[in-house]
Amino acid sequence: MTIMVNSTAIRPEREWNIGWTDVGPFVALIVLMLIGFLINPDFLSATNLGNVITRSAFIAIIAVGATFVISCGGLDLSVGSMAAFITGITILFMNRMAPDWGMMAIPAGMMVAIVVGLFCGLMNGLIVTIGRIEPFIATLGTMGIFRALITYMSDGGSIPIDRSLRDAYRPVYFGTFAGIPLPIIISVAVAAVASFILYKMKYGRKCAAVGANEDVARYSGISIIKTRTIAYTIQGACVAIAAICYVPRLGAATPTTGVLWELQVITAVVIGGTALRGGKGHVWGTVAGAVILELIANLMVLSDFVSEYLVAGVQGVIIIIAMLIQRFSK
Amino acid sequence: MSTTKWIAAAAVGALLIAGQAVAADKKVVAVSIPAADHGWTAGIVYHAQAAAKEINAAFPNVEVIVKTSPSATAQVSALEDLSAARKLDALVILPYTSEELTTPVKAVKDAGTFITVVDRGLNDPSIQDLYLAGDNIAVGRNTAKFMIDKLGGKGNLVVLRGIPTVIDDERIKGFQDAIQDTDLKVLDIQYANWNSDEAFKLMQDYLAKYPHIDAVWANDDDMLLGVLEAVKQSGRKDIKLALGGNGMKDIVKKVIDGDAMTPVETPYPPAMIKTAIYMTVANIVGQAPVRGTVKLDAPLITQENAKEYYFPDSPF
Repeated sequence: MTIMVNSTAIRPEREWNIGWTDVGPFVALIVLMLIGFLINPDFLSATNLGNVITRSAFIAIIAVGATFVISCGGLDLSVGSMAAFITGITILFMNRMAPDWGMMAIPAGMMVAIVVGLFCGLMNGLIVTIGRIEPFIATLGTMGIFRALITYMSDGGSIPIDRSLRDAYRPVYFGTFAGIPLPIIISVAVAAVASFILYKMKYGRKCAAVGANEDVARYSGISIIKTRTIAYTIQGACVAIAAICYVPRLGAATPTTGVLWELQVITAVVIGGTALRGGKGHVWGTVAGAVILELIANLMVLSDFVSEYLVAGVQGVIIIIAMLIQRFSK
Repeated sequence: MSTTKWIAAAAVGALLIAGQAVAADKKVVAVSIPAADHGWTAGIVYHAQAAAKEINAAFPNVEVIVKTSPSATAQVSALEDLSAARKLDALVILPYTSEELTTPVKAVKDAGTFITVVDRGLNDPSIQDLYLAGDNIAVGRNTAKFMIDKLGGKGNLVVLRGIPTVIDDERIKGFQDAIQDTDLKVLDIQYANWNSDEAFKLMQDYLAKYPHIDAVWANDDDMLLGVLEAVKQSGRKDIKLALGGNGMKDIVKKVIDGDAMTPVETPYPPAMIKTAIYMTVANIVGQAPVRGTVKLDAPLITQENAKEYYFPDSPF
């Protein structure tokens, strides 16, 4: 009986009592949009917002994966290079298969992307957990490896997708469903699945437990190795999904694809309210964080206040202010 | 380009030497260049290797060695390794940075090696025997001249800059000086770091911000690819011209095909490394005098001459 009471008492708190950490990023997002509107009314035009949210999709999808890794106390610096590597492999595979399989090369290529992504993530995970190497160093290593592989595969130039596939694949980035650009739908779907895993499944609890306190988690019978390896594998899958959406945008992979994405991803996760030291992850906050980053960049171009030489600096200031608003509004 | 002229010069020289019938040791020409990490350096590596292959086949008494380095420090080490192993007759170098490479190249020079510097100058110009580079100011100027002609001297432009460097500054300066006294108006100018993705985003933002744009100048072809994709997506019809620069094969192909939006291209060709290698070999093999400074112009690539700049096998 008491157990029943307890569980009903905890539940509403977890589901309905939304804290500032959850709302903070969205408040920042709305404030930013208002400022944007005051600066330039074009900012809130459907086309502009559509463009900005669509292109934040890659970072958002990858950052959802990073929410798992960071919430369980890990870090993955290799995501940008991994995205470029998966993009390269996918395009090479599709081009090879296009003459024989025709349009079927596209879904087949997507499957290859997912498999490669899972494998890359698994590798990162095993190096960190079984190999017991600091995540920072381990993924710094794989970051170099993936970057070198894409440079090698492209001879330093670019790997363009076959002309015959280009138009058929284009809608995955540029297409819409019910008026909403597909990448937005895909990132919302990814975030929805992720929040289900993180908040409704046992694995999500384990993740937060491992990130919050490794020793306590171990004494509670949670396998640290398994939990973290799975988180990195999820990260790999997310990178693959982002890569699938990325390929049709410019139709090519180059050695500069995805450069510094890892920093944007980590920034999005932290703006979203997930602590870098691990613990509870905030999937929707992460998505808002990714959109915020892209909005700031968009705002810089749409406003005329900032000299082109100072754009990066002002972006940095805005990010810090956004974090401070969150901190003090608690 | 005058590559064929140099081949001819080198060939004549070779005949002269062959007359002396000296079966001396092989002359060693080392080529030190950055590793391929983006389109343009990939082109440098491709053309350097092509030149080495051609020269090694044509002149049995010359050996061209190509060494790529991923960083300035690695290039310094590469120079030490190259010059320690044997006596270099000539060194063709595209330095990563001027500051770090000046002293090491001087050390090679002091050992009696002919020094050819390509593209980026050293801090001490007295070290080089031959300096060969493209003309970044002309890249900007010639693009601007074409735009002025094509748009009838007036219109709204947006410009995408690369990474803040001398190269970028010179191109922008050449462009701005050329349009100064016309009614062409630069609505906006921002950095996109010579990156297709950033250029795509920036162009989307330009399109959202300005209802009427007549022409776009991307100052580099990687960025132009992103620009074209953003314009295509917007479905806007007001943009008459979208021009790049550097001579990427995809863009040169567009020029060959008579593309309406990108009818011309301005070269800053990575193939210049080939010119430099051939000139150096001409000096060594044929005693052709080459000491001095060579500045390749940036003539407009049009449909008529585009084939000369089209390298379908090159990665760039």
